[in-house]
Amino acid sequence: MSLRYFEDFEVGQILPLAPHTVTRAEIVAFAAEFDPQPFHLDEAAAADTLLGGLAASGWHTCALFMRMMYHGWISEAASMGSPGVDSLKWLRPVRPGDTLSGRSVVVELRASKSKPDRGFVRFRHEVMNGRGEMVMLAENPIMLSRRPN
Amino acid sequence: MMFFEEIVVGEVAELGAHTFTAEEIKRFASAFDPQPFHMDEAAAEASHFGKLCASGWHTLAIWMRLNVRHMQQVARERAASGLAPARSGPSPGFNDLKWLKPVYVGDRISFSTEVLAKRASRSRPGWGLLTLRSVGRNQMGEDVISFVAHVFIEAQVDTPPEDE
Repeated sequence: MSLRYFEDFEVGQILPLAPHTVTRAEIVAFAAEFDPQPFHLDEAAAADTLLGGLAASGWHTCALFMRMMYHGWISEAASMGSPGVDSLKWLRPVRPGDTLSGRSVVVELRASKSKPDRGFVRFRHEVMNGRGEMVMLAENPIMLSRRPN
Repeated sequence: MMFFEEIVVGEVAELGAHTFTAEEIKRFASAFDPQPFHMDEAAAEASHFGKLCASGWHTLAIWMRLNVRHMQQVARERAASGLAPARSGPSPGFNDLKWLKPVYVGDRISFSTEVLAKRASRSRPGWGLLTLRSVGRNQMGEDVISFVAHVFIEAQVDTPPEDE
């Protein structure tokens, strides 16, 4: 397998996120373990909340985004993890049955000054639902190994 | 939760602590973030992390679990004193998230959250928006995660919104 290194990224490049269909069972299972608020657990309790019905925890959407990114392109990249997330917006609820898709767009490249073996690629990540609406928008740098000589 | 009006800027809440086990680190990673340094001890040792460490998204999910537990505890204490609990959530997002240090197997992370700001919501009458800084610290006293979260919280009365 030929890995994608820091040198293989360029500004404007678009990398796909692998699509994922979200089930009610996985929404409730994630919420029960990590975010047991009524609007993530139960339709009746969710109906009278600001979300207006059962919706995935935003942290679940984040975790699914990571999985979609892994299967979309990180599994073939020389990833060294990430130092953080500059901003992340949950724009719309993610509902049972939603098929999520999206893309990571390269917005900036920066070689590390202190560590010559790595660089930072800054991405804008867009996650859409099956109706073409954006449900999550994030911007973050991912650390990638430089191509070994 | 307390109502929007009762929340004091600068107030810090201790949310409790969680010890990360190898089993749960791998289980979360296999579901959501199967990069080798979150999945396999040998691969992690060969990486710049040096040891198996949790996905940063796992650290956040644990923060949320402790945060919800804290909110439920506050609601129970209010109920015991005859006070109504305020509804909270959802959140429009977060910013300035920093994964400062890896969370390794056996690390015990203590989480706290501080109210940075509050304002009445323009888009949702009867609700306010809180800005919170949350921090996770390991057993050595080192900060491992820091981020600024935003969350809607119910108001007791409809406060006129401030300009955004």
